[in-house]
Amino acid sequence: MNWWQRLWRRREMEEHLDKEVQFHIEQHAADLMARGIDPEDAQRRARLEIGGPEQVKESCRDARGTRWLEELLQDSRYGARVLRQNPGFAAIGVMTLALGIGGTTAIFSAINPILFEPLPYPHAERIATVWYEGADGSRGPQSFGTYRELAARSRMFDAFAVFKPWQPTLTGASQPERLDGQRVTATYFRVLGVAPALGHDFDPADDRSRGPNMVILSNTVWQRRFHSDRTITGHQITLNDNLYTVAGVMPAAFENVLAPSAEIWSLLQYDDSLPANGPEWGQHLSMVARLRPGFAMEQGKRELDEIAHIPVPEFSRAPWCSMNHGLIVNALQEDVTRGVKPALLAVWGAVILVLAIACVNVANLVLARGAQRRGEFAMRTALGAGRTRLVRQLLVESLLLTLMGGALGMVLAGMGVRALVALSPPDLPRLAAIQVNLPVFIFGFGVTILIGLAVGLIPALHVSHVDLHTGLQQSSRRSTGGQRLTRRALVVTEVALALLLLVGAGLLLRSLGRLFAVAAGFNPSHVLAMQVQVSSARRFPNSPAIHRFYAQALDAVTHVPGVERAAFTSQLPLNGDPLEIYGGHFEKDNNPGESNAAVRSAVTPGYFELMGIPLIRGRLFSPLDMEPSAARPVLINQSFARRKFSGHDPIGKRVRFGGSDNRPWDVIVGVVGDVNQMSLAAGQADTVYVTTAQWLWADNPLWLVVRSHGDAAQIAPAVKKAIWSVDKDQPIVRVATMESIVAASAAQRRFALTLFEAFALAALLLAGIGMFGILSGSVTERVREIGVRSALGASRGDILALVIREGMTLTGLGAALGLGGAVIASRFLVSLLFGVSRLDLVTYLGVTALLGGVSAVACWIPAWRAMRVDPAITLRAE
Amino acid sequence: MLMMTKSDLPQGTLDLLILKVVALGPVHGYAIAQRLQQVSRDVVQVPQGSLYPALHRLENRGLLSAGWKETETGREAKFYNLTRKGRAQLEKETASWERLTTAVGLILRLSEGGSK
Repeated sequence: MNWWQRLWRRREMEEHLDKEVQFHIEQHAADLMARGIDPEDAQRRARLEIGGPEQVKESCRDARGTRWLEELLQDSRYGARVLRQNPGFAAIGVMTLALGIGGTTAIFSAINPILFEPLPYPHAERIATVWYEGADGSRGPQSFGTYRELAARSRMFDAFAVFKPWQPTLTGASQPERLDGQRVTATYFRVLGVAPALGHDFDPADDRSRGPNMVILSNTVWQRRFHSDRTITGHQITLNDNLYTVAGVMPAAFENVLAPSAEIWSLLQYDDSLPANGPEWGQHLSMVARLRPGFAMEQGKRELDEIAHIPVPEFSRAPWCSMNHGLIVNALQEDVTRGVKPALLAVWGAVILVLAIACVNVANLVLARGAQRRGEFAMRTALGAGRTRLVRQLLVESLLLTLMGGALGMVLAGMGVRALVALSPPDLPRLAAIQVNLPVFIFGFGVTILIGLAVGLIPALHVSHVDLHTGLQQSSRRSTGGQRLTRRALVVTEVALALLLLVGAGLLLRSLGRLFAVAAGFNPSHVLAMQVQVSSARRFPNSPAIHRFYAQALDAVTHVPGVERAAFTSQLPLNGDPLEIYGGHFEKDNNPGESNAAVRSAVTPGYFELMGIPLIRGRLFSPLDMEPSAARPVLINQSFARRKFSGHDPIGKRVRFGGSDNRPWDVIVGVVGDVNQMSLAAGQADTVYVTTAQWLWADNPLWLVVRSHGDAAQIAPAVKKAIWSVDKDQPIVRVATMESIVAASAAQRRFALTLFEAFALAALLLAGIGMFGILSGSVTERVREIGVRSALGASRGDILALVIREGMTLTGLGAALGLGGAVIASRFLVSLLFGVSRLDLVTYLGVTALLGGVSAVACWIPAWRAMRVDPAITLRAE
Repeated sequence: MLMMTKSDLPQGTLDLLILKVVALGPVHGYAIAQRLQQVSRDVVQVPQGSLYPALHRLENRGLLSAGWKETETGREAKFYNLTRKGRAQLEKETASWERLTTAVGLILRLSEGGSK
């Protein structure tokens, strides 16, 4: 029999043991009788000689080696019975723990793939992102020219790749579909270290201007649109009315953290001769690179910095791509998580606080129950239970409780993860990897066990010095001084932790309020935005054709009823897309060494009036500016003008943005108000505006903005119909009101705030329950004392004050500790705050008052009970 | 009467003696106790309280197997048998016991000779 059989067939084994010992005794007695001893004496002697049948059996049970397991099962059964007998206690404990464990596990499932797990690429730690560094240390997008130079000069990096977003329209057998994709250099998948599962990677020989049209498909689009056709490679598909040859299909497991929604890739095919007036020197690309084995990221950084600062004649640089401020080189993981890390870490801290409060609450509950069960423990001790056995019993009970809480918590975590994904800010990377998987499960289980031991240990320590005599004597439910002190300390802890969370939530709430109070520089109300694209290179082969389409579309839209104004812009403020930045030349530069890079926005006349961007001086664009002109009129924003012309009138000054140096000068004709292009918190970017017709090439896609008389969202269908009346095959995407775009730009703060609010609320509730529990217990214990006081003439008010004072002392202590903690802990929130000091007095006072209010309510009920104590009854009771 | 209790038996000796007795044929607990007492002419009197735990331990280690059979008096009793593993263990332990007693004997004789 192996050990589990022995365990399983315990009853049978017990019977056999009994029979065996019985047989021995009878046999022995029979022998003794045969020797002439009278039967009764024989029986007695046989029993004596074996040393007591029960003791023998006990030793035999020990010999089985499964004793500890049997006792564990016994303890578990007993523990389950205890919990069943106290369903209220069990329910509160289980739910509190489920809340804490579930929340923590859900948040862990989000931060584990994002912050802790390596990215899903071979040697992901060798992949780096490379950005231009601005004068102010900001990161700027890359140009193709710099990519060529770095790829040729670097020795430590194996491969570089640059890429940009691409949204082709796929036509064919079924409905046209606009796909999210990327234009990449042929090296892109080599840098990531992932090869197509079907077909082959891009051929570097194809990556040239006017090279063949090649695409690689993602597994999802291959399944959805091509029915997982394994013969697809080498065949042609239609994108933007052009034929593209399918080179390969990526594996299903390929996760593209650089552009999670991308489903299709084609070659960038920029001109290697780097013409000055092409996109090759435009700063609009992202760059990744892979280190060779054996080199550390730090070495790679130093090498690239050296290359940046030491130009060589073979590689000319456009003036705005001089890299005189160096490059920013980051590990890929660090780069993709940069935006969300502060929010995630803050939320992680918050949920751990909730977990701590939940544990403290349950420990308190268990301790209170322990006090009530002292009689029981004393009785068990008297009957021979060892101290270790009692401690083990308590640990088993608390483990049972936490395991139930943990199981329920896992269910909550499963739901929480779904809510979390729904709530997540748009720039949260690796969304698909956020799920309750094995590491998350192990984490949740580990946390549960740890809590079970911790929560069980506190009452166990108290039990270990039960005084048998007083324990047995005392049938009342009074707790001892030591226990009372521990429980009060726990409540103070709870209050302090809750206050910490409340301060965090309060600071974030005030930040978001301040952020939305920031003047974005434009008026988003009644404005609808949508991205319009010309996607057929066959029907729109050149810039005039594209310009004509946009002009006709604009005309059609202005005639839609309910539309007040309409305009196109290449750069929609706050929409989260990368900014297009170009270096500038001023004819008479008062500070030539300074960076003149600015956001370039191509707009149609009427854009400023529509968006409510004020004209500061000079004039705005007029329809005449849509005609070709030798000296292009440009507008610049106010803070740019102030910085470059400090007091002098910028009107009529000549500048040049983008294109070659021998291009004619542009003329500044006006100065407009500042606009927050990137984010509300980032401040205003230097911007130069040109008309769409006069830029170097026809921008495509463009953002259509429409100001409506009524509700902006309602006119969307009519506006789309108007555009499709010009050409029904052109895709219109990303339709949204400007107000929702502004709100979405603060999504990360909102994400943190929503979770903080939820956690703070839970903490407040738990702290309130804890306070209520301890004061209720205290009133019950002191019923006699209260009775005596009343009998001696204490008024109801005195009794009320007695209880309230106790509660408020605890609250005050906790609040003081919590405020002190918040002063320190708020440092971790600083990067999420906006316009609010982390020591904001209003927040601190507000949340303290809130906590005080909740704890007053928690005090009131027990106090009211105490007030109604009838001295005659209580004094008779004991 | 000189009586050796369990505590006087060297460590592991009780197991060895039980294995030896069981090796002679299937036998129940009471008979083992009786036989040990008889064969050793009452020198080895195993306290019956430690006989059964030892039997159960040996059974768990797979050195003994047990089954229920009728005795000659027609009662059901638990009979122990030596397993193959038990026999191997018995041989090993017997050999090592003999080596030990020989060695101890040699030493004891040597010390007597030295005093002469």
